[in-house]
Amino acid sequence: MKPATEPPLTLVARGVTVTYPNGHAALADASFALAGGTICALVGVNGSGKSTLFKALMGFVTPSAGAVTISDAPVREALRRGWVAYVPQAEEVDWTFPVNVHDVVMMGRYGYMNFLRLPRAVDREAVADALHRVGLWELRDRQIGELSGGQKKRVFVARALAQQGRIILLDEPFTGVDVKTEEAIVTLLRELRAEGRLILVSTHNLGSVPEFCDQVVLINRTVLACGPTSEVFTAENLQRAFGGALRHFDLSRSTVEAHDGRQVTVLTDDERPLVLGQGGHLEYRDRSAHEKLVADREAGKELGRGKSSE
Amino acid sequence: MLEPFSYDYMLTALWVSTLIGAVCGLLSGFITLKGWSLMGDALSHAVVPGVALAYLAGLPFALGAFTSGLLAAAAMSFVKLKTPVREDAVIGVVFTAFFALGILLISLFPAQLDLKSIIFGNILAIAPGDVVQLVAISAVCVVVLALQWRDLLLFSFDPNQARTLGLPVRRLHLTLLLLLSATTVAALQAVGAILVVAMLITPGATAYLLTDRFGRMLLLGSAIGAVTAFAGAYASYFLDGATGGCIVVLQTLGFFLAFLFGPKHGLLAAGRARRRRCLIPPALAP
Repeated sequence: MKPATEPPLTLVARGVTVTYPNGHAALADASFALAGGTICALVGVNGSGKSTLFKALMGFVTPSAGAVTISDAPVREALRRGWVAYVPQAEEVDWTFPVNVHDVVMMGRYGYMNFLRLPRAVDREAVADALHRVGLWELRDRQIGELSGGQKKRVFVARALAQQGRIILLDEPFTGVDVKTEEAIVTLLRELRAEGRLILVSTHNLGSVPEFCDQVVLINRTVLACGPTSEVFTAENLQRAFGGALRHFDLSRSTVEAHDGRQVTVLTDDERPLVLGQGGHLEYRDRSAHEKLVADREAGKELGRGKSSE
Repeated sequence: MLEPFSYDYMLTALWVSTLIGAVCGLLSGFITLKGWSLMGDALSHAVVPGVALAYLAGLPFALGAFTSGLLAAAAMSFVKLKTPVREDAVIGVVFTAFFALGILLISLFPAQLDLKSIIFGNILAIAPGDVVQLVAISAVCVVVLALQWRDLLLFSFDPNQARTLGLPVRRLHLTLLLLLSATTVAALQAVGAILVVAMLITPGATAYLLTDRFGRMLLLGSAIGAVTAFAGAYASYFLDGATGGCIVVLQTLGFFLAFLFGPKHGLLAAGRARRRRCLIPPALAP
């Protein structure tokens, strides 16, 4: 669908500094680089500058120093082409507004329409495609408030698709969403990644990050670390990002004993727990999805067993 | 029954009221959904000193009202920006200040200004020049809304999306504010400063209860505004009562009916839905 001449998608922030008129420096000297075909988590506490970074990407704030470029073009140019699509937090949306699912998804097409915003055949097709992809075609005539939590989320993902956004920004997509819905959204995001899009997810839900994000940008008033999840998501980095704001459960200091072996079950009410293994490596929820990793670790353990203190 | 139509002043009052009712009804959809009801109330009071000064200076009343309304809106946004006082308090302080100034002016020049007609409207005695102003204002509002309603819809529903798509959000905000001021000025003649806000809210709120589609809501609001304004002006002839009062009472009646019998959001429909849910045995409920 896209012309072959389109440059590869990159998102680069160089020394981005944002200071609000009241003197509050929300972000200082933040730098990172991402390329298309990635799901990247933007992780930090509330007030760490996550939303400011989103605002800079959407052109709502202009950095006082540094710049964001998208495929070597300024943000403004990328916005003009409709490349940046935003999926808002559920709380930001007025669900009682008299618009139906189809109306909302059609709003993604405004940038392609003329002054009167009269949809043409190509706009209707894009909307229909997007609705089919997220599985909401049958519900297209529903008023948006009559949808379930997961469907509500998917409406706005569909809008981003109809917009043909190459960079999709999701703000806390998993708050107030059940696990099944979360998985459905993750599956959809993986498909979008496979198409070469860049998915940027702002979240404070640490546990879900290793499950579906291959890159992480860790921020706290600046970019503390960025790169592959397995390298960035270390206990040390997370301590730096969250300070004292993280609750721990350190197994080695807990009453969990050696005889519990691998029979320990970790439950949590809302958010997925982040579990770090011996030496601080990431643990995943499902072995079957990470068989190679498990095999590598088994092999590594065999080799290292002779040297261990046990 | 046809008696009112035999008087020129009544005919004028009828069609001018209907026009204003339709235009206010059209805009009321945006005002209710944007949460600008208080803003509309504030502007309708804030235009009073402008009207008074315009009459004193012999200028078109719409010019004075418009200027005064915009000054009030500017004052509100300035004070809001510069102080941590909450928005509703800021609006309250500014519009009462303007309104008080208007009352003061009217009371200082009782010979030239009629307090009653400014505060309560006097459509029956509307001057031909004022009719021209109203028609011009209405025409501009309808044209702007016809061209821009989809942009204004997105701006009302999701301003962030509007911004990422490169829509001129600031200009849309200003457009809506200007339309609000303009319709306020137009409705001033029909129902007076105090009741203007009803014309700008009640039809939209009623339509909101009757449909889930924005486009339909706008048209329905406009129709409700037109019908109630016509019927109100007609009834006021027989009741020998205030036109504004008649119009707004009818609009409120319409709202009440929608509130009770609305197909989905009405009290009765909501009750039926609740009972239906209760009838499903828990074991079969999804």
